[in-house]
Amino acid sequence: MKLIDTTFGIHERALTLRSQRMEVLARNIANSDTPNFKAQDIDFKASLKRVQANDSLTVTNSGHMQSSNRAGNGSLLFTVPVNSSADGNTVELSVEQAKYGKAAAQYQATLRFLEGDISALRKVLKGE
Amino acid sequence: MSMDKIFGIAGSALNAQMVRLNASASNIANAGSTASSEIDAYKAKRPIFETVLSEQQNNLGGVRVTSLVDDQAVHGQIHDPGNPNADENGIVYLSNVNEVGEMVEMMAAARSYQNNVEVINTARQLMLRTLEITKI
Repeated sequence: MKLIDTTFGIHERALTLRSQRMEVLARNIANSDTPNFKAQDIDFKASLKRVQANDSLTVTNSGHMQSSNRAGNGSLLFTVPVNSSADGNTVELSVEQAKYGKAAAQYQATLRFLEGDISALRKVLKGE
Repeated sequence: MSMDKIFGIAGSALNAQMVRLNASASNIANAGSTASSEIDAYKAKRPIFETVLSEQQNNLGGVRVTSLVDDQAVHGQIHDPGNPNADENGIVYLSNVNEVGEMVEMMAAARSYQNNVEVINTARQLMLRTLEITKI
């Protein structure tokens, strides 16, 4: 549906990516005591760019594969720690906590944009 | 909805930290136990953590405890011939639990546990907010 696709635009994809990033950060926090665990993060800007590029692929046949909204493996990057620890773990809890909090706020921001779009759409449908 | 995976990841960490807390509690409880040989004496238990790697979803996974290993620290010995646990030379073997270290371990485990509870709380709030989108 053209109207809905274009109205939500980037925010729909952004929301998916944001929740994926929160997953990665949650994993970092969960593994903060695991020896040799390497902290990871998603490069949000690059991932969103790639997702958007994938989206513009034209599907001329029903047998064609649909582009996926998931961030690919390449966008998962290893975090460079400020202070390295002796057990090979690169998770810095305070940094990860800050990142998680920020990611949660960003998720809410994207959500707010989507809500605005939806309420606008609803107003149009109601003819208010 | 991929947000629900956070609950699994953080939940596995809660589980692992709880094992660590239990091990610590057991170590502290047995700190005063004695035995008549070094082999029989209580050895502090240490959980070994490992990342759970799943093939799908970019290797996103939680954490699990693979095993509990005995601490290799040296056992204390005291000369106490009156003790029923004393060997033929009157030596009693103590546990190798370092109580101060265990207290620190306990605090670290509790902090990690709280961290993951916070992660779950945040994810839960966001999920509820997302659900509200559909509300008229």
